[in-house]
Amino acid sequence: MSITSTAALHRQPTLQVDPIACEGHGVCAELFGEWIRLDDWGYPVIRKDAVPEDLLPHARWAVSNCPALALSLRKP
Amino acid sequence: MDGNPRPETDRRVDGRHRRIMVTQAGIRVSTSPGPARLLSHVVPSGGIATLRQHRQAYPHPHGADPDEVRTAAAASGLGGRGGAGFPIGRKLASVSELGGHIVVVNATEGEPASQKDRMLLTSVPHLVLDGAELAARAVSASQVVVCVDWTDRLAVAAVKAAIAERTARGEPEIQLALTPPRYVAGEESALVNFLNGGPSKPTASGRRPYERGVNGRPTLVNNAETLAQLTLAHRYGPEWFRSCGTPDEPGTRLFTITSGGGVATVVEAPVGVTGLDLLDAADAAGRVRSVLVGGYFGTWMRAADFGVAAFSRAGLAPYGAGPGAGIVIVLPHGNCVLAETARLLSWYAAESSGQCGPCVFGLPALAEVAAELARGTAGPAGVQQLLRWAADIDGRGACRHPDGAVRLLRSALAVAGDDLDAHVAGQPCPGAEAAPFIRAAS
Ligand code: SF4
Ligand code: SF4
Repeated sequence: MSITSTAALHRQPTLQVDPIACEGHGVCAELFGEWIRLDDWGYPVIRKDAVPEDLLPHARWAVSNCPALALSLRKP
Repeated sequence: MDGNPRPETDRRVDGRHRRIMVTQAGIRVSTSPGPARLLSHVVPSGGIATLRQHRQAYPHPHGADPDEVRTAAAASGLGGRGGAGFPIGRKLASVSELGGHIVVVNATEGEPASQKDRMLLTSVPHLVLDGAELAARAVSASQVVVCVDWTDRLAVAAVKAAIAERTARGEPEIQLALTPPRYVAGEESALVNFLNGGPSKPTASGRRPYERGVNGRPTLVNNAETLAQLTLAHRYGPEWFRSCGTPDEPGTRLFTITSGGGVATVVEAPVGVTGLDLLDAADAAGRVRSVLVGGYFGTWMRAADFGVAAFSRAGLAPYGAGPGAGIVIVLPHGNCVLAETARLLSWYAAESSGQCGPCVFGLPALAEVAAELARGTAGPAGVQQLLRWAADIDGRGACRHPDGAVRLLRSALAVAGDDLDAHVAGQPCPGAEAAPFIRAAS
């Protein structure tokens, strides 16, 4: 990874779940498997680092399809 | 030990002359190793310190200069004594900048193994209430509300009586809020949610109460001991306050030490006191198997490590432990760390507020496999599964409740040593059959 892309990553948002709102539908892991996996109980385990530019469309897709509106992209 | 407070230099108690007394609420208190700062106010006969006695040494805070209170708080270096250890000076500064509204005294003592806040409320309530009034002056808040667990009848009665004493003298009114007896009810956001008329459950708003709390206004939430310490820091000054403890964490703190037979003793000692001195003060230094530092929400430590460790943030950090609310549970030989931990994990599962999947489903799963491990039926695969689940659950609730369970479990596996091997091999240690030592977890 080049220095410029690292710098760019710092301004990238992270993907967060509101654990109270999340109902464990698991749709998100299907839509954005690169970033989200489900734990043994069907709840999403999300990578903590910033979502890189090229994956942002997938992230947004997951956010807008979460039936519980539990996912969000947050700028650092 | 008269009710007339003086700086601690006059009252240093030699560790060998341990003085243990029992307060009117039945709480055992030890004045060694000292200095007795808060404890010097506890009336030796066990009665409650009256407002009349208290006012002889402490004028009512309504005359206090807000700047002076904030300066005393900041310069004394007083940190929160409820668990997080956040400097009260910084808290007062932020809330006062935002325009404070209400001061909440968190005396819910959600940690089942803690007795210190109960001891303060039932012995020296005016030290706590004055601290709350001082904090209210410092942040220009117009209200003070004291939160007490409604099942704690003695504490509720003591606070009611203390408030009535103050009202009878024409002092500003203080409110009492009775909170439900669940551990997470004492969590800051749960407390604020409850005071706002909601359920006593944590919220995931991401806003801290000091920004947006009761009625959506900046709210100062402080532990009862922190406020009692503030009263002393303001009255005797930062230099006096810093004359014991460590430079980073000055002053004394109250500890609750539970040892053989489940007897709890409240001890006051400087931050940085060694574990051995603490155990000695409570008469608990013999036959120690392991020590649970921080109570139900704590971390297991090996007896040998705990004995030499300095009880401070910096001193405990190398062991993955922290001071928390000053709780120490001394597990005697003949008891099993893994069996105690399994029961504690069931307690964690039962105490979940039931809102977040990883907490609701993960904690019972941990408890079940930990119980199998305690019985010797989990095998190596069970340990692997526990570690994998621990990693998955950590940090995934709206509050830190599940993280506490994970830390407890990991530390139990780390200190169990040879016993762990025996349990994995299907030959649990004899202590696994012993009667539960940690009470509320049984
Ligand atoms: S899609 Fe939404 S509700 Fe379903 S698991 Fe993912 S975050 Fe939770
Ligand atoms: S993590 Fe557990 S205790 Fe905390 S809010 Fe969620 S369900 Fe409740």
